[in-house]
Amino acid sequence: MSLRSDLGRVKGLGAAHEGVGHWRLQRLTAVALILLALWFVTTLMGLIGAPHAEVVAWVGQIHVTVLLLALSLALFWHLKLGLQVVIEDYVHTPWLLIAAQVATRAFAALGALVAVVSILKISVGMS
Amino acid sequence: MSRSKPLSPHLQVYRPQITSVLSITHRATGIALSAGTVVLLYWLASAAGGSEAYAAAQGVFSNGLVKLLLVGWTWAFFYHLCNGLRHLAWDAGYGFKISTVYRSGYTVIVASLVLTGLIWACVLAKLGGA
Repeated sequence: MSLRSDLGRVKGLGAAHEGVGHWRLQRLTAVALILLALWFVTTLMGLIGAPHAEVVAWVGQIHVTVLLLALSLALFWHLKLGLQVVIEDYVHTPWLLIAAQVATRAFAALGALVAVVSILKISVGMS
Repeated sequence: MSRSKPLSPHLQVYRPQITSVLSITHRATGIALSAGTVVLLYWLASAAGGSEAYAAAQGVFSNGLVKLLLVGWTWAFFYHLCNGLRHLAWDAGYGFKISTVYRSGYTVIVASLVLTGLIWACVLAKLGGA
């Protein structure tokens, strides 16, 4: 049983029933991605045409492993939040709306997992 | 309850203008970049798969048509990045004067094109020199 008042529970939650959580996370991941994605794209320039061994050595550095993992999580989270809003705005057929939202979540979750597992596999020296 | 109520947004009833076109492009580039993550995942997974898989991936990326797609994704990335900064500025309460909105909009277009050009000049220089 909650001791919070009814007013206290609903205050700030708005029409989406989840408050400003979505909005805030979209901005938070956006700011993280400005830094992480710019770092990734500029660093990638040094790896163009590089052989497999060099790429593996690069990913294996502890700071690169950590930043790549952070990039993967922020990226697929931001992707899920962004596609979700586009679907909410343009898909109005109930079953299609649910199917699209489920597919988006599945893609984002699997994408993040593929990225994380690949990075870790390289990082622990199994590639 | 009737399902045939008109639902927003009614994109087709507005005359296109830079504000709305850039806003729609922000979403379009977001969707394109979402699809583009498959390329990023392929690159990562092939590196994790070993030197043979990675060499095969390098073969795919050296294909002319794939390179053209990558140029498109590079532009989508820089557009979404630059226009995203514009959105963050608005969220913080800055840049709402109409003249400022137009100026920042044109700046985003030019900046995204220049950055894409810079990156691919760098890529081609590296590939040419290798």
